[in-house]
Amino acid sequence: MTSETGIGAAVKRKEDARFITGAGHYTDDINQPGQLYAVFVRSMYPRAEIRSIDVSSALAMEDVVAVYTGADLAADEIGDLPCGWMVKSKDGSDMIQPPHPPIAVSLVNYVGEPYAMVVAETLQAARDGAEAVAADFDELPAVVDLGSAHGADQIHDAAPGNQCYDWELGDREATDAAFASADHVTSLDIVNNRLIPNAMEPRAAVGMYEAASGNYTLYTTSQNPHLERLVLAAFVNVAAESKLRVVAPDVGGGFGSKIFVYAEETAVIWAAGKLGCAIKWRADRSESFLADAHGRDHLTRAELALKADGTFVGLRVKTVANMGAYLSLFASSVPTYLYGTLLAGQYRTPAIYVEVQSVFTNTAPVDAYRGAGRPEATYVVERLVETAARELGKDPAEIRRLNFIQPEDFPYETPVALTYDTGDYDASLKKAIELIGYDGFADRKASSEAAGKKRGIGFSCYIEACGLAPSQVALSLGAGVGLFESAEVRVDVTGSVSVMTGCHSHGQGHETTFAQIVSDKLGIPFDNVDVVHGDTGRSDYGLGTYGSRSLVVGGSAIVKATDKVIAKSRKIAAHMLESTEENVDFEEGTFSVTDSNQSITFPEVAFSAYVPGNYPLDELEPGLSEKAFYDPENFTYPAGAHICEVEVDPETGTVEIVNFVAVDDFGEIINPMIVAGQVHGGLAQGIGQALLEHGIYDESGQLVTGSYMDYTMPRADDMPNFVVDTTVTPCTHNPLGSKGCGEAGAIGSTAAVMNALTDALGVVDVPMPASPETVWRAMEGE
Amino acid sequence: MEISLTVNGTEHTADVPDNSLLVEIIRERLNLTGTHVGCDTSQCGACTIHMNGCSVKSCTVLAGQADGADITTIEGIGTVDALHPMQEAFRENHALQCGFCTPGMIMSAIDLVEKGKPLDEQSVREGLEGNLCRCTGYHNIVKAVLDAQDKM
Repeated sequence: MTSETGIGAAVKRKEDARFITGAGHYTDDINQPGQLYAVFVRSMYPRAEIRSIDVSSALAMEDVVAVYTGADLAADEIGDLPCGWMVKSKDGSDMIQPPHPPIAVSLVNYVGEPYAMVVAETLQAARDGAEAVAADFDELPAVVDLGSAHGADQIHDAAPGNQCYDWELGDREATDAAFASADHVTSLDIVNNRLIPNAMEPRAAVGMYEAASGNYTLYTTSQNPHLERLVLAAFVNVAAESKLRVVAPDVGGGFGSKIFVYAEETAVIWAAGKLGCAIKWRADRSESFLADAHGRDHLTRAELALKADGTFVGLRVKTVANMGAYLSLFASSVPTYLYGTLLAGQYRTPAIYVEVQSVFTNTAPVDAYRGAGRPEATYVVERLVETAARELGKDPAEIRRLNFIQPEDFPYETPVALTYDTGDYDASLKKAIELIGYDGFADRKASSEAAGKKRGIGFSCYIEACGLAPSQVALSLGAGVGLFESAEVRVDVTGSVSVMTGCHSHGQGHETTFAQIVSDKLGIPFDNVDVVHGDTGRSDYGLGTYGSRSLVVGGSAIVKATDKVIAKSRKIAAHMLESTEENVDFEEGTFSVTDSNQSITFPEVAFSAYVPGNYPLDELEPGLSEKAFYDPENFTYPAGAHICEVEVDPETGTVEIVNFVAVDDFGEIINPMIVAGQVHGGLAQGIGQALLEHGIYDESGQLVTGSYMDYTMPRADDMPNFVVDTTVTPCTHNPLGSKGCGEAGAIGSTAAVMNALTDALGVVDVPMPASPETVWRAMEGE
Repeated sequence: MEISLTVNGTEHTADVPDNSLLVEIIRERLNLTGTHVGCDTSQCGACTIHMNGCSVKSCTVLAGQADGADITTIEGIGTVDALHPMQEAFRENHALQCGFCTPGMIMSAIDLVEKGKPLDEQSVREGLEGNLCRCTGYHNIVKAVLDAQDKM
């Protein structure tokens, strides 16, 4: 039984039956009797003072029920949208957190910022009402360019120089000394392009209120409904936590963008209470482009100091990170604790120093997007390493091997605050080199040249830190919440099992993976286990799904709760078998007395727990349901080697990925089919960043790439087939030995593509995304 | 205006505003919520259905244009107990993750296979370029379509 559906088996997904038949249940599929519709009125200006908002014409329209402005929310003491991670500057001062009202009150600071909400009987009436809201603005000079934002017009009164914080990590003196003694220094100016997440399901919310009970229910597109509830209750003051139920039903992808608490669902749930009825809102894709939190957007000067033999002696990084107009929920942590801490990569670089200045601009807020800081760190390190290899005439694989942290070095303390528990980086690199046929590259390059094409190969050996994090470490570094996870394993009278988790599945397949774990451990059929997630009314608490944490933190909590169920069951079984706990073995769903033929099955024990005839009621409570909270001891450290081979058409600048190999060490794997799928999707996003995607604001602050006609999403014919494989060094500190796989593809691949492209062209750098025009210009030396 | 159309074999008559889109009728009047709306520029393909045997993006068809048409949505091609070969292939090949693009992707893929045999990897990729997926990197979708082609 367990061999086909247990841990390690490529089990087909439970959730697929509803998705392939059109029976998925997404927020926009939810309708309530008599519901109203909300439409937001959004700023056309990147920066302006609101002189007046006249809602009278809108209110006079047929079917318009209410029009709310920021002043209405403020009058009800609805609080600002908070940032959940306090980062401190070099001088010890707190980061600047400017006011961020859900609906703008006196100032708008990016195109798309909502300044009014129209609620009407029909969606069409709400749209018409939104057109009729008349606002008068005084336009102010917009700060758009990231590089000059620090010295530009001040956006927020609280933030001189538009600076949010000026953060550092590492030993500056030791790093400077390493550079002074180095034989060679490789330097790069790196732009990490702004991306727009574009989960295929647009954000949506249905807010409900029952006056008689005072209960609120919010259906919304969230990766972490408990956190959403916490923020709406504790910071925004919508309702007490106990009066607010947040449900994230089927959610159509997140990639980070649905972690955050946004203006729209905040205003919808507040207005539902105000009007005493259900209100629905769904973003148009144009709104998603304007008002979902964007990702990446760094400018970096990076230097790697080496000995003549290629040994790394120091790394110095200075980054300016774009926060956008306001601090989104986890924005401050992305370019600091999720970026600077990863700059050691897979290498024994002894001295590292990083400075990050985060600044405000009149653009949409920037926050975590798949990988969140780690793709940016990997891009810096792996572009530098490849460039250094070229400058020193070294093989890119060999220079990495020379500097790899070796298996015997673990646990390895990096100069940037992390302790890697385990890994075997050369094992992944070796496998990737074999799979891509590195030996044959020279011949393939010659064939390409004969056909008038340029071919290049690029490596990227990434590391990431997943499973955020020991709560006390995170809290000491400024996190506003603990980062444990909860689980409940509820055994029914008849032996079927419900597993409640605080993680949320929006494509990751938790309903399958988590059921595999529990059925394997309890020795019961996979079909007898149901996983429940996404509803604050059904699971105790949870921090949600992001940072590849669900299996390693949430799965570990499930293991812990399952172990408690087994421990209690063993006591019951010992009683029923007239033996002692110590003499009762549990294997494949059966309790048996050691060295005897007496046994009893898990469902029989479960039945006895609820029908306690033959049951030790003097020692044990009846029932069989256990809860657990798991707080990780450390991050997990997935790592791997990605190798990309490209062919460029010099006539057109078109780049074709002709070969892509990803070999990842995710520790122990529960479902290899799902893991490969996670890698494929991540690779597409990483390749998309390298070749296609770019969120562009023009000089005046208008979003130029505001639709699928303008923002280049990866399409089926843009992508290659991928070769993905794994190596395994089990995580040393969680019960599954797993490390997480959700972000690796997006973290490792971008540098591999750009290293391959620069190799093909024989240039130091090409800006991302490397569109045909950009490549053609690079070839022309522009 | 009043329109009548056949959806998944059942005839419906509806009085709809002139500017109604077919996808609005399908989702809101007929409560067939398997057809999704993922964009507002007819680019993402999440709303793909079959109209008179051809795949169309139902966000780009006015309800009036569908008057008299024979419509098939994702709900009309198979059931959990009797899946269409394309649905089966998507499940077998892990060609979906969040599931949001999946109905449109399946409807496009069925039309592609029915109209364009024999398909190879490249022609599947080109044939599906009107349907966006953010989760799978398309790798397993392409596999699934080629797999289904052999079974349809």
